[in-house]
Amino acid sequence: MRYFVTIAYEPGVWSDASEETRTRYHEEHLAFHKAVAEHAHLVAGEALAGPETATTLRHSDGRPVLTEGPFVETAEVVGGFYLVDADDLDVMTGLCELLPKVYSLEIRPVVQVEGLETR
Amino acid sequence: MSERDPEAVGNPGTGSPFEQQLEDAFRDQWGRVLALLVAQFRRLDLAEDGLAEAFEAAARRWPEDGVPTNPAAWLLTTGRRRVLDRLRAEAVAARKEPLLVVDEQTRQEASSMRADPGGLVGDERLRLVFLCAHPSLATESAAALSLRLVIGVPTADIAKLFLVSEPTMAARLTRAKRRLAASGAPFSVPPEGPARDARVGVVASVAYLAFTAGYAPGSGPDVTRTSLAGEGIRLARVLRELLPGEPALDSLLALMLLQHSRRDARLGPDGLPVLLPDQDRATWHREEIAEALGMLAPLAGQRLDGVAGEYLLQALIASEHAIAPTSEDTRWDRIAERYAELEELTGSPVVRLNRAVAVAESAGPVAGLALLDGLDDDLPHSHRLPAVRAELLSRAGDREGARAAYGIAIERCANDAERALLTSRRATLGTP
Repeated sequence: MRYFVTIAYEPGVWSDASEETRTRYHEEHLAFHKAVAEHAHLVAGEALAGPETATTLRHSDGRPVLTEGPFVETAEVVGGFYLVDADDLDVMTGLCELLPKVYSLEIRPVVQVEGLETR
Repeated sequence: MSERDPEAVGNPGTGSPFEQQLEDAFRDQWGRVLALLVAQFRRLDLAEDGLAEAFEAAARRWPEDGVPTNPAAWLLTTGRRRVLDRLRAEAVAARKEPLLVVDEQTRQEASSMRADPGGLVGDERLRLVFLCAHPSLATESAAALSLRLVIGVPTADIAKLFLVSEPTMAARLTRAKRRLAASGAPFSVPPEGPARDARVGVVASVAYLAFTAGYAPGSGPDVTRTSLAGEGIRLARVLRELLPGEPALDSLLALMLLQHSRRDARLGPDGLPVLLPDQDRATWHREEIAEALGMLAPLAGQRLDGVAGEYLLQALIASEHAIAPTSEDTRWDRIAERYAELEELTGSPVVRLNRAVAVAESAGPVAGLALLDGLDDDLPHSHRLPAVRAELLSRAGDREGARAAYGIAIERCANDAERALLTSRRATLGTP
């Protein structure tokens, strides 16, 4: 099963963290990568620039309209994601437990949309 | 649609020998056979529907053909055929190649069940238990699903237990099954270790909710719901059989039995709740108390963590009430000690409130009142906190304070029977 893991945290979790804390977060991410390599398969994973850099595109009266900022204002911001192939939800949650505890992680299966697999 | 059959056989009504045999088969075999069907087809919905149809077929054919020598194998084979029929229909509907049917495998597994009804099936049932009580489900959904799939309680009864309509409960069960399938929750037993201990804790909490739902105050006829709480006990017994030697489940079953043993003394002839000191102890079910005490004896000296520790301490508290010949003989000092341990373990304000009651009984109302200090912030909507305060103030001689506290409690209380009790208590204090 392919899982998309959204990483969210309160603003400042990374930017306000001490050097020591950042080092620990990095180590926890490395532990996650190592465990994923052993027990699952990492398809992709990226850290995102801050929400203030986001551009939102919507259509209004059939025309594309760009606005500044993310499309939802929430207490937490999306900071990155992982795309992982894992056997099941228990394996996936077990791996995610290795990531920094200040994160909220949303774990969602990816669905196959028929007709889109071939390009 | 899968609900018709279990209901029909779950309540045969007349109790003829055949119907009794069908009901026994239903109670004993539902969870075992369902687990095997899920193991083979990995589809909760199809397995449940297929087995329900197998029971329907049994209700038609057993009276004519006689009850088979191995009802479980008969139900498994029939259930498999029904699932395969549905899979074929799905494949045709999806315009795909018809599924290859491996009839030989079906036969072999049915006969292996005959040969080994223990280990193999036990493992499949355990997988079903862990799936239905998966931590990714809300506890109430997990409790409803466990009652339905692990021990075959009809959806209508589960709906009554949780105070919702039958279609609402059917929809909730369907949603839970879909969610498990879509999220990739595994049909497997978690590996030994702390993660598995935590999952056993979740299984226990789910069973306890299935039990306590029967005692939650509600508008329905209470007697029906109390007897449905008995299904929570049946679930706990099955879990304990499948996971022997788990202190969490031993403590849980003991706790349920002790609470359930008082069911006939809980309500007075007027329908109002009867408090523990006023209950007629002769109506307590002694055989259930004895069974619970037997389970607790080897655990009494242990210190357990997590839910196991919580259930053990709660069961030990309940056992103090159960062994006291009269209300006056209750060892409140020991109960207060257990509550102190429980408060340390959970940090729960509700536990502190109960501890205050126990301390008041053993060391006087003033000592109890002291423990209530600071609880108002934690329990701003509780009617029990002002009710307890009122009772203790009244015992300490502060009638004015007691009346005021009863007023707050009555205002906050949402249950008719309890509010009537509080109002009558306040009336005994006279008017200001």
